[in-house]
Amino acid sequence: MSALSALFIRDLKLAIRVGGGAGIGVLFFLIVVTLVPFAVGPDMALLSRIGPAILWLGALLASLLALDRMIAADHEDGSLDLILTGQSPLELVLLVKAGVHWLTTGLPLVIATPLLGLFLNLDAKASAAVALTLLVGTPALTFIGLIGAALAVTLRRGGLLLAVLVLPLTVPVLIFGVSASSAAIVGPVPFGTPLTILCALTLTSIVLGIFAGAAALRQGMD
Amino acid sequence: MRLSATDLACVRGGREVFSGLGFSLAGGEGLLVTGRNGAGKSSLLRMMAGFVRTAQGRLELAGGDPELTLPEHAHYLGHQDALKTSLSVTENLEFWTGYLGGGGLPVPAALEAVGLDAVAALPAAYLSAGQRRRLSIARLVAVERPVWLLDEPTSALDRSAQETLTELMRAHLTGGGLIVAAAHGPIGLDGARELRLGEAA
Repeated sequence: MSALSALFIRDLKLAIRVGGGAGIGVLFFLIVVTLVPFAVGPDMALLSRIGPAILWLGALLASLLALDRMIAADHEDGSLDLILTGQSPLELVLLVKAGVHWLTTGLPLVIATPLLGLFLNLDAKASAAVALTLLVGTPALTFIGLIGAALAVTLRRGGLLLAVLVLPLTVPVLIFGVSASSAAIVGPVPFGTPLTILCALTLTSIVLGIFAGAAALRQGMD
Repeated sequence: MRLSATDLACVRGGREVFSGLGFSLAGGEGLLVTGRNGAGKSSLLRMMAGFVRTAQGRLELAGGDPELTLPEHAHYLGHQDALKTSLSVTENLEFWTGYLGGGGLPVPAALEAVGLDAVAALPAAYLSAGQRRRLSIARLVAVERPVWLLDEPTSALDRSAQETLTELMRAHLTGGGLIVAAAHGPIGLDGARELRLGEAA
């Protein structure tokens, strides 16, 4: 078994076992989306208009939840030290860790979206469009968050700082995610245009995230 | 294989911890690092493991795999046991052997060597401090690496576990490995040279 697959399997096991927090994100997402109709009132037209934005905001906040534990947990129990003495490049280690984070927090949100779309009066086509934009966009949230997680790793109570650091950086992803969803529902821009930009943002953030995260970790280890 | 340090200096938080430190260690030799609290024993080990930058001087390992750095040749046994409480004892060790490269004893044999075979299926959350330490020591024998960096390895260990550790260290040295250990008292590394920090510097 190669080093990185060992890390992948361990992180996956940790996430789905007790205290791992894999289910928390999707539960939080559910609560946020359920509360909105109560806050907005029974205006079906308004709900379906703001639905994609609500789903995106919910996903953004939910993917932040487990972010601060992604690296900090390994730092606190000394595992990070030993991971650094491994022969795998730190960039690939972070790629694996962030990949597991997305599989356990991002992907469940995408799967839950069609169900939650019903709460917001979205029809099948609109729900599918939002789910597709989340599928494309949530990896960007994870990998941008990775930079913040690596920066905040040595700080006690870094979670709050992490949110303040990461949320402004996710603004472009939010804009193009919501505009792609709206384009699919009401137009007039074709769905493909903002979606392509969203894909580009995700690919860029994967590359930037792992290199910036690794640099931040090396700097912060001292 | 030879581990050598020349004119090594360490600065932590703007304060010079030690400077002008040098030693040379051949395969099969042990080095016992002693000194008062805060003299830089842990810093020296962490520096060799690559976690702390060298402010000055050089650390070199000659005769190892030229593709690998000194930290990649080394086992670091620190104050923290690097265990995940929701994984079982076996899963914890299997992860580290998979990640760090293996090549030593198979996992069940390594657990038996440190006397943890009876609790192999137990989640690591239920281990005592001494058992956690034993599990860390099992990592040393399950993954084959020539340089052992041990930071107070006997803390929390009972007498029989200390004897086990002594035997493992002796076997490692006989096999041509190197050990650098920081400790306050004797840890059974006979024939090891002693490096006192905080007096010469």
